[in-house]
Amino acid sequence: MEDKVIKGVGFGILSPDEIRKISVTAIITSEVYDEDGTPIEGGVMDPRLGVIEPGQKCPTCGNQLGQCPGHFGHIELVRPVVHIGFVKHVNDFLSATCRKCGRIKLPEEEIDRYLKIYRAIQSRWQSASKRLVDYVKKTASKATTCPHCGTEQLKIKLEKPITFYEEGKEGLTKLTPSDIRERLERIQDKDVELMGLNPKTSRPELMVLTVLPVPPVTMRPSIMIESGIRAEDDLTHKLVDIIRINERLKESIDAGAPQLIIEDLWDLLQYHISTYFDNEIPGLPPAKHRSGRPLRTLAQRLKGKEGRFRGNLSGKRVDFSARTVISPDPSISIDEVGVPTDVAKILTVPEKVTDWNIEEMRQLVMNGPEKWPGANYIIRPDGRRVDLRYVKDRKALAEGLTPNYIVERHIMNNDVVLFNRQPSLHRISIMAHRARVLPGRTFRLNLLVCPPYNADFDGDEMNLHTPQSEEAVAEAKELMTVHKNILTPRYGGPIMGGTQDYISGAYLMTVKTTLLTKEELSKLLGPVKYSGDVPEPAILSPRPYWTGKQVVSMFLPDNFNFRGPANVSSGTRICKDEDCPHDSFILIKKGKLLTGVFDKKGLGNQQPESVLHWLIKEYPEDYGLWIMDNLFKLFIRFAEIRGLTMTYNDVKIPAEAVSKIAEQSKETRKEIENLIAKFERGELEPIPGRTLEESLENYILDALDKLRNSAGETGSSYLDPFNNAYIMARTGARGSLLNLTQMSAMLGQQSIRGERIKRGYKGRVIPHFKQGDISPEARGFIYSSFSRGLNPIEMFFHAAAGREGLVDTAVRTSQSGYMQRRLINALSDVRLEYDGTVRNISGDLIQTFYGYDGVHPMKSVHGKAIDINRAIERVVGWKR
Amino acid sequence: MLTEAAAKRLDQKLSELSNLLSPKMIEDIRKALSSHQVEMSEDEVDQILDIIVHDYVGSLVEAGEPVGVISAQSIGEPGTQMTLRTFHYAGVRELNVTLGLPRLIEIVDARKIPSTPMMTIYLTDEYKDNREKALDAARKIEFTKVENVIASTSMDISSMSITFRLDPDLMEDKGVTKEDVKKVISRLKIGEYTVEEDGEYTLILNFATLENVSSLFKVREKVLSSKLKGVKGIKRAIVQKRGNEYVIITDGSNLEGVIGVKGIDVTRIETNNIHEVEQLFGVEAARELIVREIKRVLDEQGLDVDIRHIILVSDIMSRTGVIRQIGRHGISGEKLSVLARASFEVTVKHLLEAAAKGEMEEFKGVMENIIIGQPISVGTGMVELSMKLR
Repeated sequence: MEDKVIKGVGFGILSPDEIRKISVTAIITSEVYDEDGTPIEGGVMDPRLGVIEPGQKCPTCGNQLGQCPGHFGHIELVRPVVHIGFVKHVNDFLSATCRKCGRIKLPEEEIDRYLKIYRAIQSRWQSASKRLVDYVKKTASKATTCPHCGTEQLKIKLEKPITFYEEGKEGLTKLTPSDIRERLERIQDKDVELMGLNPKTSRPELMVLTVLPVPPVTMRPSIMIESGIRAEDDLTHKLVDIIRINERLKESIDAGAPQLIIEDLWDLLQYHISTYFDNEIPGLPPAKHRSGRPLRTLAQRLKGKEGRFRGNLSGKRVDFSARTVISPDPSISIDEVGVPTDVAKILTVPEKVTDWNIEEMRQLVMNGPEKWPGANYIIRPDGRRVDLRYVKDRKALAEGLTPNYIVERHIMNNDVVLFNRQPSLHRISIMAHRARVLPGRTFRLNLLVCPPYNADFDGDEMNLHTPQSEEAVAEAKELMTVHKNILTPRYGGPIMGGTQDYISGAYLMTVKTTLLTKEELSKLLGPVKYSGDVPEPAILSPRPYWTGKQVVSMFLPDNFNFRGPANVSSGTRICKDEDCPHDSFILIKKGKLLTGVFDKKGLGNQQPESVLHWLIKEYPEDYGLWIMDNLFKLFIRFAEIRGLTMTYNDVKIPAEAVSKIAEQSKETRKEIENLIAKFERGELEPIPGRTLEESLENYILDALDKLRNSAGETGSSYLDPFNNAYIMARTGARGSLLNLTQMSAMLGQQSIRGERIKRGYKGRVIPHFKQGDISPEARGFIYSSFSRGLNPIEMFFHAAAGREGLVDTAVRTSQSGYMQRRLINALSDVRLEYDGTVRNISGDLIQTFYGYDGVHPMKSVHGKAIDINRAIERVVGWKR
Repeated sequence: MLTEAAAKRLDQKLSELSNLLSPKMIEDIRKALSSHQVEMSEDEVDQILDIIVHDYVGSLVEAGEPVGVISAQSIGEPGTQMTLRTFHYAGVRELNVTLGLPRLIEIVDARKIPSTPMMTIYLTDEYKDNREKALDAARKIEFTKVENVIASTSMDISSMSITFRLDPDLMEDKGVTKEDVKKVISRLKIGEYTVEEDGEYTLILNFATLENVSSLFKVREKVLSSKLKGVKGIKRAIVQKRGNEYVIITDGSNLEGVIGVKGIDVTRIETNNIHEVEQLFGVEAARELIVREIKRVLDEQGLDVDIRHIILVSDIMSRTGVIRQIGRHGISGEKLSVLARASFEVTVKHLLEAAAKGEMEEFKGVMENIIIGQPISVGTGMVELSMKLR
């Protein structure tokens, strides 16, 4: 099939002649249907305007519903009317041109000179030509006499929205649209051009309508409500109004009615036609439906998020897609997606029948639409589609299959599909997966791909699309597969990687105390695709034991070297090199993990320059995929076997610690009381540039902050650093030290807008305090810990601060969403050319060499073009 | 450390690579290799250089890459993770600076005045080590009105006089004397008056000619709001030690005004007002400032975004020689395509305008081709020449 390409679309204003030419009929009556409900010829629902009911045949083109594009009609307006969208242009023309001869009110030579400049710059420098036009308009409007015919000029006054007046000596005279049209007709083409319009497509007099096109019924279908009553589209209503007034105006003129009545009707016609174009004109009451709902007329149909442009043209609804809830499945590969059978039976892929797959295809056709794997349609060589749902003898049909048939078969395992989660903020929000048809009703995905989608399983839903052509499949496979997108173009590091239990599991496995018996090792390696040798056990007697580090090393490539601190290397357990008593410095030589533990810094997601990063970057994509599928599976497997949970005891601190903290609290409270007393005596030393009150607040905040920290320190010093909760915090798997201290020691200050909570009643937040009380507990300081529990007042403060977080998130999403929409829109046409320059689609040069070094951030080493130290480490890192 | 043979090998190899790698890269390689603590053999030098070349060549961008969209996404996506109301101390307790999402939006909006304008002023050698001198310079910069050194005022309607009581502490702090105040008042056009001094810190102004109370009020306002000294727009100037020198940090920004003040190192002055920099130093400086400011906002939030993305956004904003906003009044509004403009914002206006001008939609850009369902001309859609298979 030869593809047709749209080369261009021209914009312009239709002339009355053109409108009449494209029209199939004049619409002459405001009646729509006769008694028995058939549309009247010459009414707005004239059958010649197109088909809207199934089974009808179009009297104009002979096509049926769906094929017939619809046809325009027209209304001859008795009196001309100004087009509401062009009022500004009309105003410009009227004020800049002579009321008698229609020339721009500038001397001839100036017009010629400006025109010459205008023509030269018009296509290249649009903003400059716009300024020129504005200048011409401005100066021409100021002229009081016409330099061409010498006529004295009157000032044109536009009374918003549509009425024009001429300001003469005797006062204002109204300009009727007929007068305006006459004047506009007199303007010469070259003057029109200098006013910034194209005289070939858009003569100014066309902005005053004499004939109104009536859009085809296909774009304003009437719908049947259940009771059999017909409900007409808003546009139809509006058109009926226009015709009715047009008729009345005609009758009045024919009957020789007084000028006043005619003018009123004329204005009414103007109103109806204006609201027909746009029902949100400032200064005009919007036309309303009988129920009081404003009508949705032409402009409203186009604009806004749900309008034609953003709602239907830029964003389209598509076929071959599915959406359902997601749930985790650590046992499928990261580049797979579990598809429910119910979904698989509806999504199809067109597959050409060939000599090599004909038997398979026959089987699929015989299975039909109900049984997976089957097929839903076949397309015969003549292009006819056969719906297998309605075929009685599928067996015969399957027998009749020959090459050149196309079978729309169900999606099957390993078909390439696109998987997406909204909001699609970056390109890795849509990635290609291999389908894996599974029982159940949810999409299943590996936990390691959650970070790029930002997905969790608290009810998230995701979408799935099936590419329909070989080309699309190839592109999806080559560019969008999961393991080709582990590194993000945002900063050139891995965006996928271990999270939560993967991290704890990795830590527990690689920690020095982990020793595995042969049975345990087999149990671990069982579900994993590992085919290499098992190394000599680290401990041979009394019985063989393998260390966790040995097991991990089995998965590392032989030439892999790495040096770097682990996440646990912090605070008192910090290490600068491999001479480390805390085992917190990772050292890998020739693929053997010698010291250190794997935790967030080593294998976590969004950790550039980590073990994981180098493994992904320096070895083939397949290896990255394999590591993520197998090594990580091992980690959760190990965590499962060992068991990992959190108990109350993990955050419980002894009574001794509690009393210590209480002591600290008491001291701080006294300190603050002193501060307040000092403040009241006026002895407080203010911070330069701050008022006394602000200074006091600052001092109090400082003291409270110190208290929380010292309480936290006291609390955590009593916690066992090797209990599960602490391990999770230290390794970066989940939670932080702050969370632990909040559970064990003290919550600390609750804040709103970075200040202590102060709003509420007059002088106090809640009625449990005296007015003007600024003690810590009255302003949202919480002495309790989560494990001890909060008292009602503390609980209120906690909720108030928590609410701020929620509000903040809601506001932020909308703001950053809009910013991103603007960024994308502004930069969407920018691409890299073959010569290495960055240009937009018009060819304007933006960068002579991308990023000034030509390096793709995704392929860079965390932003660097080359990383010499890493290169040295890779080659000779094992030596030191 | 290199063996002798290896060093020779390195030199030879590097000279071969000199047209592929930049001089700085080559220099870095040489330095890193020869200063490394492990001894390397010839073979290993070869391997290292192979890796570097392989990595470098492999990391180049490919033609058709939609670098614009990637940059937009890379800056937009972390926006959701930013905190909304971040006021951060700009090194000093006394000053707050807008950072986070609001500041980022402000920058891409190309607003004329940032919500918290701020300058960091470095001082010349003579001034930078001396706190007193630095304070002196700061005082000269800080915009001070009469109001700022006055403890209280009172008016006597019977004698039509106003009493200004000066605050000695404030005067000391701002470095103002009574004579300064008197001089400023004398320059005001407030009609005829006589000055009386009552003690060291009180000025009484007697107006014989004024008729009513409201004009007395007006005069008082005029006196209070008159400028004593300083640079317009600088609400506060604070001296701070940064590293081993004193710098002045200001609340409010006025590059032009500050440049003439004595003791200021004009070559190192910093502001966060992009428009001001564009006016004074030109679009290249503004371009650089946009990069720095965006980077600063992202860094402060701990968000990792490649500098290339930021540079691209800044380059596009400054492409035409003036800073253009990202949005309807800037880049998006100046697009050639009617449909692209119409599908962004103010749809109807763009369509009507296109009709009046008789514009032609040529379907070159991404948005337009999405609208009509044709392949877009970036990435794999960029290829125009294709061969027909027979």
